[in-house]
Amino acid sequence: MKPAPFDYCRPDTVEATLAVLSRYGSDGRILAGGMSLGAMLNMRLARPNIIIDINRVACIDQIQVVDDHVVIGALVRQASALTDIRVNADAPLLARALPHVGHFQTRNRGTVIGSVAHAEPSAEIPLVLLVSRGFVELASERGSRRIAADNFFVSTLVTARRPEELVTGIALPVRKRRTGYAFDEVANRHGDFALVAAACQLSLSTQGTIDSFSVGLAGIADRPILVGIPGTQGARLNKADTADLAASAAATVSPRGDMHATAGYRRQLAFVLMRRTIGAALAEALEGVTDA
Amino acid sequence: MSIGDVANRRIGQSIPRKENWALLTGAARFIDDLEPVAGLRAAAILRSPYGHAEILGIDTTKAEALPGVIGILTGRHVQALSNPIRSIIQWPGKYYPCALDRVRYFGEPIAVVVAENRYIAEDALDLIEVRYRPLPVVVDLKDAISDGAFAIHAGSSGNIVHRRTFRYGDPEAAFATADHIETICTEFPRISSTPIETYGVIAHFEQAPDRYTVWSNFQGPYALHPVMSGALRIPSQRLRLISAQASGGSFGIKQGVFAYIVLIAVTSRYFGVPVKWIEDRQEHLTASSSATGRLTTIEGAFTRGGELIGVRLKQVENIGAYVRPPEPSSLYRMQATLSGPYRVQNLAVENLVAVTNQMPSGLNRGFGGPQFFFPLERLMSAAAVKLKLDPAELRRRNLVRKEAFPYETPAGSVLDSGDYLAALDLALERAGYDDLLNQQKAARASGRLFGLGVAVAVETSGSNMAYVALALTPEERARSAAKSGGIAEATVTMDPLGSIVVRIDSLPNGQGHETVAAQVVADELGVSLDDVDVETQFDTRTSAWSIASGNYSSRFAPAVCSAVALASRQVARKLRVIAANAIGVEPHQVTLANGVAAGPHADGRSMPIKTLAGLAHWHTAGLPQGETPGINESAVFSDPSFRPPDASDRIRSSLAYGFLCDVCAIEIDKETGRLEIKKYVHVHDVGTVLNPSLLEGQTYGSFAHGVGAALSERIKYGADGTMMTSTFADYLCPTAADIPELVIDRVSTPSPNTILGAKGGADGAIHTAPAAIANAVSDALGIPDVSLPLTPGRVWELMQGRNPDEIAPVVETVYQADDALPALTTAGSLKGQGEVILHADAEAVWTALFDAQGLHDIIPGCRSIEQTAPDEFHAEIKVSVAGIGGVYKAILRIEDKQCPFRARLLGRGEGRLGFGEGEAAISLDTIRSGETRLRYQYVANVGGTIAGVGSRLLEGAMQYLVGEFFHGLDRHFSPEMAKTGSWLGRIMQRCAAAFGVGTR
Repeated sequence: MKPAPFDYCRPDTVEATLAVLSRYGSDGRILAGGMSLGAMLNMRLARPNIIIDINRVACIDQIQVVDDHVVIGALVRQASALTDIRVNADAPLLARALPHVGHFQTRNRGTVIGSVAHAEPSAEIPLVLLVSRGFVELASERGSRRIAADNFFVSTLVTARRPEELVTGIALPVRKRRTGYAFDEVANRHGDFALVAAACQLSLSTQGTIDSFSVGLAGIADRPILVGIPGTQGARLNKADTADLAASAAATVSPRGDMHATAGYRRQLAFVLMRRTIGAALAEALEGVTDA
Repeated sequence: MSIGDVANRRIGQSIPRKENWALLTGAARFIDDLEPVAGLRAAAILRSPYGHAEILGIDTTKAEALPGVIGILTGRHVQALSNPIRSIIQWPGKYYPCALDRVRYFGEPIAVVVAENRYIAEDALDLIEVRYRPLPVVVDLKDAISDGAFAIHAGSSGNIVHRRTFRYGDPEAAFATADHIETICTEFPRISSTPIETYGVIAHFEQAPDRYTVWSNFQGPYALHPVMSGALRIPSQRLRLISAQASGGSFGIKQGVFAYIVLIAVTSRYFGVPVKWIEDRQEHLTASSSATGRLTTIEGAFTRGGELIGVRLKQVENIGAYVRPPEPSSLYRMQATLSGPYRVQNLAVENLVAVTNQMPSGLNRGFGGPQFFFPLERLMSAAAVKLKLDPAELRRRNLVRKEAFPYETPAGSVLDSGDYLAALDLALERAGYDDLLNQQKAARASGRLFGLGVAVAVETSGSNMAYVALALTPEERARSAAKSGGIAEATVTMDPLGSIVVRIDSLPNGQGHETVAAQVVADELGVSLDDVDVETQFDTRTSAWSIASGNYSSRFAPAVCSAVALASRQVARKLRVIAANAIGVEPHQVTLANGVAAGPHADGRSMPIKTLAGLAHWHTAGLPQGETPGINESAVFSDPSFRPPDASDRIRSSLAYGFLCDVCAIEIDKETGRLEIKKYVHVHDVGTVLNPSLLEGQTYGSFAHGVGAALSERIKYGADGTMMTSTFADYLCPTAADIPELVIDRVSTPSPNTILGAKGGADGAIHTAPAAIANAVSDALGIPDVSLPLTPGRVWELMQGRNPDEIAPVVETVYQADDALPALTTAGSLKGQGEVILHADAEAVWTALFDAQGLHDIIPGCRSIEQTAPDEFHAEIKVSVAGIGGVYKAILRIEDKQCPFRARLLGRGEGRLGFGEGEAAISLDTIRSGETRLRYQYVANVGGTIAGVGSRLLEGAMQYLVGEFFHGLDRHFSPEMAKTGSWLGRIMQRCAAAFGVGTR
C-alpha cells in the first residue's frame, strides 16, 4: 500500500492552483483532506501524475453567507462545518447530515467540498446539496461558473467538473421560514457508507400548503437522486399522508443489491427513510406555521 | 511458605501497566521500528488476483530492470531452497509459503520483490507479468464437500482432507430414550481478529555455517519452530527467532506469520541480503490468516424435564486452501470439552476438514471455541422454546454442579473448579432478568421486537499440546512418537544490587505481561514493583523455551505466572537461607516484606533484601553451606496429569477451565432490521484475578470481538474467488462507538491446578456474545434459524422469512424479456439493459461494430486493436472511471452474428487491478434513414483487486462505461455532436445510461 510515483506541488493561491490544473488537467488530482484520495493512492487505484495540495491555499476555508446562500469554501473541514454557527443556523440540512459523515477523526481532516468533488454515490453531502437545490462553484483559468447540484453529479465518482477546474465551493440556500429539514440513514455501522440515506426539505405557505418539497436518496443509484413526488405542490399534507407519499416515491426507484444489502432491502430502506424524513420535515415546517 | 506482607499484596490489585509509558510516549519498539542489521532491503509480495488458477508463466524481466530492484523470487526458488511446510495429518497437497504452478486462494503469494525500499518494490510488482489459466473456484464449504466438487489439490478425489468420528458414553441409547430431540444447523463464518499491527519479518541469512536470524512479531507456539527449521532445511539451532520488544496486538493471528518467516528467510538467502517485509492492511485482511469457518449440525437428546442426555455433532471445518499447521487444531482444541459446561455424558462426533479456495486458517481469539459454542448455545435456546422452558432455566438444569468439581467430562477434560449456578444467578440478577421479561411482554404487546438471549461456555486455558494428536486415529498415534504436556518456564535473577529481571517463555502482544509478572515476583519476594523488570523480548538463542512457549491459549495467567511464582519462590528460599544465616534465625522464621528480610520478632534483626543480594554475589565464602553463589533461579511449571490422548480419544486438554455467562436484551427496528443491544451482562470466572483492570481490558476486547462476530464481521469471497473484504470499508469491525454498554461481574473459583489459582481469561465473550445475541434475535423474531453476522440488512431478510445466505449477493435485475435480442449464455453479477438512438444507418453501425478501425474509434480508451480471426479482436484498452482504472489486455469475440443485425459480443480482459469478462447481446433496428435504435443487454463479471475494494461502485462504473461506449459509437457517426464538448457529451451519455437497468 504505497502509492505509485507522483509529482507534488503545494500552491499558495487559487490562481496558482488553477494554473497547475490548466497545465495537467486530468493527470492532476487535488488533495484537500485526503480521506478518500489517500486510500485510493495507497491502493494504487488512483495514479495521478501530480498531486496538487491545496491545504495552504489562502482564503478558501471560509464559511460565508452571500446572497441568501451559505457558501462553504474548498478547505472547510467537515468538523468545522459541523460546529459552525452559520451552518447550524442557516444550512440545517447539512448540519443534520454531517454527524453521519465518516467518523470524528475523518471529519477533522475531510472537507465538505472534497466529498462533493469525489461524488461517491452513497455520500451524504452530495445528497444534501441536491435536496437543498444548492450549487457547485467551479473555477478555471478561463473563469468561474456555478452549476446546480442536479447537473453536477453524473455517475459513480464522475461529475461535470472539467479536468482544468477546481471546485471552489458550494452554495446552499439559506434556511427559509416554515421549512422543515430532515436527514436519516442506515449504515451497517455508524459512519460507514450509507446503505441508503434520505434527505427531505419541505416548505409550507402561511396557509400551511406546500410551497416547495424535495426528497432525495443516496446509495440507490450511481449518484444521489431526487425522487419526484407529483401533485404535492400547493397541497395540504398531514402526517398520515407521509406513508403513502413515501410508498409511491419508493416505487419509482430501483436500487441495486451488493454484498452489504440486497436490492429489496434497499427499497425498503428507501421507503422507511423517506417516510421518516418527510414526516420529520413536515412536523418542523408545521411548527413554523403555528409559530407564525 | 507465606507471603510476608499480605496487606501489601500486589496480586489482585489494579496495578497500572508498567508498559504504558513506553507505548504512550512512542518509545516502544515494534518490528517495523527495528533495523537490527545494516543494509536492510524491503520486500513486497505479488499476490494472486485469482481464487484458483494455473500459473502458465511469470515474466519478471521488466520488473528486474527497474532501478533499485535487487531481484525477484518466485515459487521455483522457494521450492529449490525449502521443503513443504508439514502438518500433523497426511493430506494430498503440499504447502509452500509461495505458489508454485497453481494459485489456490485470492492473495496467495506468487513472487517476492526485493528492492531498495518498499515504494520501488511495489512499483516492480506492477511490472511482473503473470499468465494465468483460471480454474473452477470452490469457495463455498458446502460446495467443497459435495460429490463431484472440483478437487483443489491434484491427486485427491475431493476436498475433504480429514475425517474422524468419536463416541463417548452411549449416545445411541441416549437418543433412543430421549423425549425430545432438537436439531439445529449453523454456519459460523470466517472472522479475523484484526490487530492494529500487521505481520512483520526481518530475515538475515548468513553462511559458514548456514544460519538464519529472524526478527518478527511471531507469537508462538514454538512448536512451529521445528516446523520452520525443517522447511528451511537447517538444524534447528541455526534458526534464531527474536521477537520485537513490543507487539501491536495479535489475538492469535500472529501465529500465522510463521509461513512468512520461511518465505522471507528463503528470500534473504537467495539474494544474500537482509530483508524486511512489513505486511500492509490489505495483505493482512486478504491473506494473513483467519479463524476457520464451520458448518455444524448439532442434535440434542433431552428428557421431558429438560435434561440434556446426549449430543450428536457433525462439524465441517473450512481451513482454506492448505492444511497449514497447527490446523486442524481449531477443530480439536474443544474436543475434550464438547459437553460444554453441561453434565451430558453421551456424545457422538463426526469431524470433517475441507479445503476451499480461501486463505489458510489459524489461531484467532478463541481458537475453535466460538465455532463450537455458537451451535451448542443456539441448540440450548432452541430446545428451551420447544420444551417450554425459560432458556436460563434449561441451562440451570444441566450445568455441572459446584460439588462435582473437579469434574471429569466424558471426553476427558477435568473441569478444575467452578460455581456455574452462582455465575448464572449473578448474571440474571445483574441483568434484572425478571424485569427484562416484563419489558419484553410490554414490548410485544405494543408490537415491538424485543428479545432476550442467554449463553454460557467454559473457557479453556493452558493447553496440553497433545490435543493436536486427536487428529490422528489411536492406531496412527500408536505408530508415532507419543506427545503430551504443555510446560512453562521462567527465570528470576537478582543482580548484586538487588534489582530483579524476570524472563518468561511468553511474549506479550499488549496484554500486560510485564505488569503482572512483576506483581507476582514483587509479592513473592516482598520487594517493590520498581525493583522488577520483565524482559519481553524473546530470543530462541538466549531464552529458555519449549514447544509450548508463546502467547496463545490463554496460557500466561495460569501457566506462565505459575512458573514465575515457582522461580520466585526458589529465590525467596535462597534469600531466607542467606538472611537466616546473617541474622541468626531459622530460614522459616524469615519474612520478606517491604524490601527487608526480617526475623520473627518485631524488634529483632533484619537485613535489606538488596544487601542479601550483594552477599550472594560478592561474598560467596560467607554463604551458608550448600548454597550456590549468585541469584539466578529457573523454574518449569508442568502439569503432571497431562497425558497423550488415550485409546478412546479422551484427553485432559487444558490446565484450567473458566466459565462465562452472558445475558442480553435486544430490540429490533421492525422496519429497518437495525438491532440495538439494550442490556448486556457478562459474568466471568477466571479463578484468581491477577490484575482486575487488565482483565477488564481483556473483557472489553473480547466483547468487542464477540459483538463484531455477531453483528457485522465476516470474511467474504465472491463466487469467482475474489476476496470481497480486503479493506476495513468492507470487513466491518465495530468501532468503540459501536460497542454497547457492558455490565461486567465476576465469580471467582480459584483453580487448584495453578500456583496462584489463576485461569485464563482472554478469550472471554468471543465464546458467548455471538450466541447470546443470536439467541436474542431468534427470540425477538420467533424464528429458529439465525445466521451471522446480524447486519441490519440480514436481519430484515430474516424477518421476511428469507435466509440471507441463500440470496444471491448481487440480485434482482430481472431482464425484461426481449425476443429481439439473442439470449445471453453466461451469468454475471453486473447486468444492464437499455437502448440508444444512433445517428447512422443500421448497416453502417453494423459494419463499424465489427471492424477493427471502427472499434478503435468507438471503445473509450482503446489504444490498439487488431483482428486476430474472423470475428475476433485483441485490444489494449485504458479503462478509466474518475481516474481509477488501468490498461487492460482484452479479447473480443463476436458470436451468433445474424441478420438482420443481431449478435452476441463476448469479451475478456485482464489488467493490473484485476480481470473482467462480459457478454452483450445487441440488435439494431432502423427507425428512419440515418437513425438506428440499438438495443442491448449485458452481463459482466469483474474480479481481482478492483472488485475486492470497490464492489459497491462497480455497477455504477460499469453503467458509466457502457454509456461512454455508446457515446463513442454515436460520436463515430456524428462527429459534430461530440464537438459540443465533454460537458454536454456527459449529459448525453447520462441519458444513455438512464436507459440502463433500474429505470423500469
